[in-house]
Amino acid sequence: MQQIFNFIFRNSTRILFLLLLCISFLLTIQAHSYHRSKIISSANYLSGGVYENINNVSEYLNLKTQNDALAIENARLKSILFATTDSISITKLEKTKENQPYDIVVSKVIHNSYNVHENYLTLNSGALQGVKSDMGVINNLGLVGIIDNTSPKYSTVISILNVKSRINAKIKKSNHFGSLIWDGKSTGFVQLIDVPRLAAIRKGDTIVTGGQSVIFPENINIGTIDKVEIDDQTHYYTITVKLFNDMTNLGHVYIIKSNNREELNNLEKTTKNE
Amino acid sequence: MNSTLLVNISRFILLLAVQIVIFNNMNFLGFIMPLPYMLFIVLYPVNGNRAALLLASFLLGLTMDVFSNSGGVHAAACLTLAYLRPSIFKFSFGISYEYQTIKLNDVLTPERFSFILISVVIHHFTLFILEAFQVSFFWDILIRTLLSTVFTIISCIIIIYLIKPNKR
Repeated sequence: MQQIFNFIFRNSTRILFLLLLCISFLLTIQAHSYHRSKIISSANYLSGGVYENINNVSEYLNLKTQNDALAIENARLKSILFATTDSISITKLEKTKENQPYDIVVSKVIHNSYNVHENYLTLNSGALQGVKSDMGVINNLGLVGIIDNTSPKYSTVISILNVKSRINAKIKKSNHFGSLIWDGKSTGFVQLIDVPRLAAIRKGDTIVTGGQSVIFPENINIGTIDKVEIDDQTHYYTITVKLFNDMTNLGHVYIIKSNNREELNNLEKTTKNE
Repeated sequence: MNSTLLVNISRFILLLAVQIVIFNNMNFLGFIMPLPYMLFIVLYPVNGNRAALLLASFLLGLTMDVFSNSGGVHAAACLTLAYLRPSIFKFSFGISYEYQTIKLNDVLTPERFSFILISVVIHHFTLFILEAFQVSFFWDILIRTLLSTVFTIISCIIIIYLIKPNKR
């Protein structure tokens, strides 16, 4: 017994080091799995509050570009509104409001990272605004990411610039599906993999979100085809996609709430169980 | 003794604040970020309590992790550096470093520079390995370590010269 105590006292620093190292490794491994621990994320009260305060200051620096972006989008929406001369279509829209498939929550990016392999954004709206994990996030130019964790006032987003992210996407012209991933190299480009060889692909074609996921509605812009390669082993296309979005400069974003999501999930579950 | 404790606590808080508010927003070429917050571990008193240093550097890293959404990556890197610190001292200042009065925040000598350089390389290498978590990113890890080391050292030296205490 005496010897055990002696051993522990003699190596106390080493034991402390190993213990703390184990804790940090555990946290690291947990962070690399898809759904992460809730405490070590920038959505908590302290870090969210700090980031919001920092953002309040730094917001002024790119106020002009943000204003321009919002003005352009306003103009686009106005043009759609005025183009519908047929008054029937407006009443039709109001009628279908009750079973609208998607709701939109407006939010602001208060922290944006794009320099590591697993990038996350922090938004200033959370569970109080009805944000839950696995909701889609877009802005006026296109896809941004998927909600990961939420706290009452803040939420974190898995950016599309994250090697863990995997989003269903398709080629707008030919409706061929693939998975959107990021290889961790350039902030302006993502990769669309597993596109069948049958697809007719040309440089410059538009890539949009596919209708197979319940997270995003169909036909949200992602980017244009920049380079096409054929994977030797799988004989599928690997397409480099140039993003419409500048992921290094994000301001206001929209969170997409899917209203039919639970219904769809339940349906799929019961079908599988039968 | 009490004043060293106070100096260390204020250094801990100030370096973290500077890192989060200023240096986290610096992105050279899109992926190089200077991390001068690890200066806390470098400037910790040579003969200070080792267990306290380990605990403090764990907390330091964990706070960085909370702010950068990275799990326990920074905590592990800071711990490794804090644990290996005596060996780096031995390498840079000679075996009898404990009996010398080493002051790191002073004029830059080759010994001090080599100590800071090795510390930064160890910290960054652990950090980027754990962050990438894949062998396929090996060259990426090396490039990130090298470039970030350069920028961290520059920012560290600037900070050391700025906060150099009691000029006589």
